[in-house]
Amino acid sequence: MAQRTTSLSPREGFSRRAFLRGSGAVAAATALVREPAAAVAQQAAPQVVAGPTTITLDVNGQARQVRVEPRTTLLEVLRYQLDLTGAKPICTDGSSGGATVLVDGKPMQANLMLAMQAVGKKITTVEGLAQDPVPKAFVECDAQQCGFCTPGFVVAVRAFLNMKPSATEEDIRKGLNGNLCRCGTYANVIQAALKVVKGGA
Amino acid sequence: MVEYYWPAKEKTQAIGRKVRRLDGMAKATGAAKYTYDVNLKNQLIAKGLGCPHAHCLIKSIDVTPALRVPGVVEAMPLKKAGDRVEFQGDLLAVVAAESEGAAREGLAACKVEYELQPVFVRDDDLEAAKAAGRTTPGGGRVQLEKDAPANQNEEEFAKNEIERLLKESAYVVEGEYGIDAITHCCLEPHGTTVEWKDGKLTAYLSTQNVSGTAGGFAQPLGIAPSDVEVRCEYIGGGFGSKFAADYWSVAAAQIAKKTGRPVKFMLDRDQELKIAGNRPSGYLKVRLGADKEGRITVWDSEHWGTGGATGGGVSQTVIPYVFAPKNYRRNAINIRTNNGPSRAWRAPNHPQACALTQTALDDLARKMGADSLDIFLKNLGTDDAALVAGAKPSVYRAELEIAARLMDWKAKWHPHGKGPARGSIVDGLGLALHTWGGGAGQSSCTVRIHPNGDVESMCGTQDLGTGTRTVIALVLAETFGLPYDSIRVHIGSSKYPVSGASGGSTTVGGVSESHRRAGQEAFAKLAELVAKKLEVDPSTLEAVGGRIQVAGNPSKSVSWKEACSLLGMQPLEVTVNFQRGTRSNLSSSQVGGVQMAHVEVDKETGVVRLKKFVAVQDMGLIISPQQAISQINGAVIMGIAYALFEQRINDPATGAFVNAELGNYKLCRIGDIGEIVVELYEPESERRRGVIGLGEPPVISPGAAISNAVCNALGVRVPRLPLTPQRVLEALAKAKA
Repeated sequence: MAQRTTSLSPREGFSRRAFLRGSGAVAAATALVREPAAAVAQQAAPQVVAGPTTITLDVNGQARQVRVEPRTTLLEVLRYQLDLTGAKPICTDGSSGGATVLVDGKPMQANLMLAMQAVGKKITTVEGLAQDPVPKAFVECDAQQCGFCTPGFVVAVRAFLNMKPSATEEDIRKGLNGNLCRCGTYANVIQAALKVVKGGA
Repeated sequence: MVEYYWPAKEKTQAIGRKVRRLDGMAKATGAAKYTYDVNLKNQLIAKGLGCPHAHCLIKSIDVTPALRVPGVVEAMPLKKAGDRVEFQGDLLAVVAAESEGAAREGLAACKVEYELQPVFVRDDDLEAAKAAGRTTPGGGRVQLEKDAPANQNEEEFAKNEIERLLKESAYVVEGEYGIDAITHCCLEPHGTTVEWKDGKLTAYLSTQNVSGTAGGFAQPLGIAPSDVEVRCEYIGGGFGSKFAADYWSVAAAQIAKKTGRPVKFMLDRDQELKIAGNRPSGYLKVRLGADKEGRITVWDSEHWGTGGATGGGVSQTVIPYVFAPKNYRRNAINIRTNNGPSRAWRAPNHPQACALTQTALDDLARKMGADSLDIFLKNLGTDDAALVAGAKPSVYRAELEIAARLMDWKAKWHPHGKGPARGSIVDGLGLALHTWGGGAGQSSCTVRIHPNGDVESMCGTQDLGTGTRTVIALVLAETFGLPYDSIRVHIGSSKYPVSGASGGSTTVGGVSESHRRAGQEAFAKLAELVAKKLEVDPSTLEAVGGRIQVAGNPSKSVSWKEACSLLGMQPLEVTVNFQRGTRSNLSSSQVGGVQMAHVEVDKETGVVRLKKFVAVQDMGLIISPQQAISQINGAVIMGIAYALFEQRINDPATGAFVNAELGNYKLCRIGDIGEIVVELYEPESERRRGVIGLGEPPVISPGAAISNAVCNALGVRVPRLPLTPQRVLEALAKAKA
């Protein structure tokens, strides 16, 4: 059924090396692989899988079982299976920052990460930051208009301030260039980030 | 008969206050559900196959191979053999599948054969466009102080008269200016999530026209408009591009019907940029004459540009922009290119017209060695003898004075190209001004007061980011003396009372009209009940701070809840229909605004950076100042983007839109904006005009203001927006040669 395979080592999660090896297996074995369960394990480890697989992801502190294909992105899983639609599909190349989530505390673009890569990692989405001072500061400073970029920006500000808790205005202007806003809320985002630094929110 | 009015500024209790937007937390925590986010049970994901060619004939199209891809449920061609495709990205087929991945694999399996056709995309090259047979007249106008003698051909007379006026001018500026096409680039792409139930369609549509798009589904689907509900709680950007249902949404509904499953069909990013809206380009050649004071005496221009495959361009009616010399001749030529059709882009025609013509006025100041601000001021005229269109000269004058103070213009000013340099860095100032009609759009609403004191409102409007919900809540809170966040505001469904599309800066005016009227009428009814109880004249009652009381006398009062309990079992409901154009104390139209930019330019690299930007804006009476400030900030930032970064780049050979991804289609980022100072201009003279509208005006001036600031820094005009480093360096090199 599935024409794409990749490899998954349940213990280690997914690695780029393994992915490349898995892809190699596709080239050799595409014609043979027709069953989802037909994991072409050419070596003892890592395991090569094809078609839909069930994996468990740690999302906002909860273990969530999801059904993914090797090509399924983390963003698709969050949005379509877990109905966590805060992270947005805005770009295809990571240039918008719209799909920013925290992966083991680091800001990552969920649309550029395969779901399988996220196995064994702690995923925090904007929904997981509902009690955080950052969204509150965004509201206080009106750092939003249409709001479509806002969740990505909120997560990016959280990640940036985790790294630089005493960020200055200049730091913020230099450090948050990974997120795009079309309505032009940047001036207010700067104020919101500063408010969090000062503990005002 | 209720007389509608706004309270005096010092008597307000809600409007004019800075408040948090009502839906702010929902947006900031990801809880707000946009069209893209609406997940319906058992839904299919649809994706579209964009045409790779800018101009071709479809020789054959076969989508059946897609159906053999695992996970694909339905495939539907949108074009047939023999159809002509006139721009890249136009959708040829839709594939609906269990996942995005399967849908994309299905698209890749579709078989299409093309016959390539000649491509034309050089919208800046008028001669090439003429040679390619791609031009159509865009209209024009001649206005002269002198009439042609009866025996003389008018055209001939105009030609001679304009030459005479130019010859007699103390200064003549000849120039060419341009502004490239840009896209709307909504961060939420166009699209829909649709569902059929019992022959009725619910369409979650990313739209700025909730009340006006049901027909766009009903007609092609052959159902009654009343069997369509369009819903849009949140929209991720529109900017003028999301007024229609659009053919891709209809296709989604067709697939949903055929498969019996809900369908989500959102455009891909490149499709959003290629087919879902762009702003026409404009290129202008002008000769401008002025008297020795620097007042324009004659204007003679021709301009051209493209609105894409359907033609169109920048309207000649706004050339020259705001400034209205007594003698002018203007002519427009539209060019058809192989690009997606243009759509209304925030303040249609105005930003281009401003950038094409107020740069020429600034070049007059440069030529004269004069202060640009003085030359702009001299060309305003007086309220009795205006030399400008739109707002009154006195409004522009007052705003210019405020802006100059906020910019510290006088202290910073230096003649063009004569400023001190720090290494290769020079800085400069520029200004521009703008006008917009706005006014209240059509709006109906229902306001319901429940016997327990709850207030809710229903209105088929939408919130583009303006803060529509917050505006409505403030208006009703003002009217009923209640906290604004206690008002339950319902918008975003075509089943609510009809309210106009959000276009032309008419939404805040429209919903303020309808809700204030409905609120005042509801209050009048409630006041009758309270008056009986208190044994007073109902006309003496007012709603203040959660109570209904005899004006200025809290001892004669009842609480809001107690007043509402007098309704008995039934809620009190008032529905109001405000028609656009109705004379009213609550709204009017036409605003003026001015903007000033301070930039620095690196002559070695050509990089322009914004240091400071000042925006002073009139909008009549201001309902929600915090959201107004945000909207002006946003408009300025959008303006910085099209002034410095944004452009659609076509490959001249293939017509391909080569930068239709956000990595290459450059928008402003947070580090690009400098300091932005916003001043809401709301003196009593303007406030008493009522609500007018704000969406468009502040996005108009940035192009000209920034271009003028760069010219002031360099002493050389960089003639075309965006002012990319390459263009800055080319202009410097040309000036040196």
